[in-house]
Amino acid sequence: MLSVKGLKATVGDKEILRGLDLEVGPGEVHAIMGPNGSGKSTFAHVLSGREGYEVTAGSAKLDGTDLFELDPEERARLGLFLAFQYPVELPGVNNMYFLKAALNAIRKSRGEDELDAVSFMRLMKEKLKVLHLDDSLLKRPVNFGFSGGEKKRNEIFQMAMLEPKLAILDETDSGLDIDALRIVADGVNALRSPERSMIVVTHYQRLLDYIEPDYVHVLAKGQIIRSGGKELALELEEKGYGWIVDGEAA
Amino acid sequence: MSAIPAEAITAESKADTVGQYDDLVNAGYEHGFVTEIESDTLPPGLDEGVVRAISARKGEPEWMTEWRLAAYRKWLDMPTPTWAAVHYPPIDYQAISYFSAPKKKEGPKSLDEVDPILLETYQKLGIPIEEQKALAGIAVDAVFDSVSVATTFREKLHEAGVIFCSISEAVQEYPELVQKYLGTVVPPTDNFYTGLNSAVFTDGTFVYVPKNTRCPMELSTYFRINTANTGQFERTLIVADEGSYVSYLEGCTAPQRDENQLHAAVVELIALDDAEIKYSTVQNWYPGDEDGKGGIYNFVTKRGDCRGHRSKISWTQVETGSAITWKYPSCILRGDDSVGEFYSVAVTKGRQQADTGTKMIHLGKNTSSTIVSKGISAQHGQQAYRGLVRIAARAEGARNHTQCDSLLIGDKSSAHTFPYIEVKNSSAKMEHEATTSKISDDQLFYCRSRGLSEEDAVSMIVNGFCKEVFNELPMEFAVEAQKLLSISLEGAVG
Ligand SMILES: Nc1ncnc2c1ncn2[C@@H]1O[C@H](COP(=O)(O)OP(=O)(O)O)[C@@H](O)[C@H]1O
Ligand SMILES: [Mg+2]
Repeated sequence: MLSVKGLKATVGDKEILRGLDLEVGPGEVHAIMGPNGSGKSTFAHVLSGREGYEVTAGSAKLDGTDLFELDPEERARLGLFLAFQYPVELPGVNNMYFLKAALNAIRKSRGEDELDAVSFMRLMKEKLKVLHLDDSLLKRPVNFGFSGGEKKRNEIFQMAMLEPKLAILDETDSGLDIDALRIVADGVNALRSPERSMIVVTHYQRLLDYIEPDYVHVLAKGQIIRSGGKELALELEEKGYGWIVDGEAA
Repeated sequence: MSAIPAEAITAESKADTVGQYDDLVNAGYEHGFVTEIESDTLPPGLDEGVVRAISARKGEPEWMTEWRLAAYRKWLDMPTPTWAAVHYPPIDYQAISYFSAPKKKEGPKSLDEVDPILLETYQKLGIPIEEQKALAGIAVDAVFDSVSVATTFREKLHEAGVIFCSISEAVQEYPELVQKYLGTVVPPTDNFYTGLNSAVFTDGTFVYVPKNTRCPMELSTYFRINTANTGQFERTLIVADEGSYVSYLEGCTAPQRDENQLHAAVVELIALDDAEIKYSTVQNWYPGDEDGKGGIYNFVTKRGDCRGHRSKISWTQVETGSAITWKYPSCILRGDDSVGEFYSVAVTKGRQQADTGTKMIHLGKNTSSTIVSKGISAQHGQQAYRGLVRIAARAEGARNHTQCDSLLIGDKSSAHTFPYIEVKNSSAKMEHEATTSKISDDQLFYCRSRGLSEEDAVSMIVNGFCKEVFNELPMEFAVEAQKLLSISLEGAVG
């Protein structure tokens, strides 16, 4: 599914990713943990094609396609989805309208028929039900004036609608109280499937109580310095990052 | 109310005595017609003879000729305005031809009699003159060059007693109404361009809605500039009598041109007691090439007079075209409790320049006005919002809310805001908000990461920015306006 090899990336003249390797198979859920500033968001942004980063070495392939050859929208149409750590507000742009345009852009690129208003509404109702969400956010402008929790829920809802092959959730848990966290985690779990892989980026182990990963990786100083099963997360919870990061540095 | 003749408008008066200009007019046939239709064009130049010739060609009564001549004589001494933030080479008013009419032996009685080449041109422009569109409830008074040639739905309007015809026809058929109201909102001496327009206006629209009548459909005029070097001087006069309501749509498009084309229209609206006029414009004239060459100069004076108590006038405009726009649709809130509104979207890109805004003149008690201006500037586009809100000493309890937002795309475009506020009554309540924003990289990336192209993302964000204005447009027009905005911003990013 996703194959990242020797990835190095810089912002300005600062190297942030310093040779990152990651293999994600179909249906797998990988957690990437690491201290603040270790490069987790940078990794997510580089994969999804945000401007401002320069890839200086390495490759990233999604089902064999070189992601770095593609524009952000082409990556999305290929099935890549990023749930933003800080979802962006689009004043005046109706949430439902936005989603319909996005979904139809993706469908069109795949040679599928665009959904008309009726089928779109039907699909939306279905997904809301799966995620146990109500439709109160849909009539509002995208993320505009949303609370932190609403923004994150909206990201998960977009993910449900766009049905990506690979979803990267960047600190979807940060800033959420326990109830909001549970709603988001339930949503993510409902969207797990053998065809969909996920990379769950988080700073805290807490989220992994609700979303059980197949693999856990520790990202520090721009590299994956440790990988393991979900027990690694518990170990991190107990001992903090220091013991691995410092151990590695020594 | 007098009956409206069912025939379409007479394209050319038979009773003309043009004298010395006849030969020149006839010589003009060979020149520069884009649509292959025989036309009747005066040679370039302007003097009293030309003013008389225009009036004669239209078979106008003496009072109209004299009105034009008075305007012309005043105009000679008027300076061109220089205060607007737009730049263009001086216009040679003697190089412009002031009259051009599609040549017809007789006026068409129905669409079947309209020149098929004309109809084809309308179709290319997507003008809803055909029945299908008419069925959608829009009556069209299409202006081709300067003379109206086709009108639909007159019967239905007739039943309601609404007059909707060309101003030329109104001069002939309803002289008492025209004489009573023409020039009472925008006097010929108002400014340089209104002086010129008053002297040489060739056609335009007249609407009269009688007392306590709700106009049964949206009235719509599509303007089009076709003949090279022919300045367009439209004149529109809309009168809503007591307790009446009318919604008027104006839209236009022009083919590519090399020479700059001058357009100096005058629009006058009059709302009597309890009457309401809603005037919507979607303007998409040729903006010129990338260097601004060949675009339309749009110097328009639009003003509404809320002459009656509790009357209301709303201007809504979406401006995407023209090389230069100089335009300030305004309201004079004369009646007590009258309401003025101005909702505007203006787009400038390439080398387009726009100096636009509004004036709200509060004279009556408890008058209120709302201004919502959304300016979008991309590439080298330059835009100035100029708004005047004046509260007269006797305007007790006046209120104004102004919201003026600019959106910049790229780093070479510019937007400036010049709010002028004059308050002579301390009971006035004034609110002013202004913002300038850019489409952020974050917003573009967010949209693109969801599968939308950069252009779709821009168009979505821009349409979102303009929403409050689009909400004011009649439904069908709003859809067209959105499309137009998307098309006009294609390639404007990056
Ligand atoms: N646009 C940027 N310009 C300069 N430095 C940046 C930029 N984006 C991220 N960084 C730096 O890169 C490092 C990694 O940041 P980030 O990927 O956001 O970390 P994380 O998500 O793991 O907290 C930090 O030191 C941060 O300051
Ligand atoms: Mg981060």
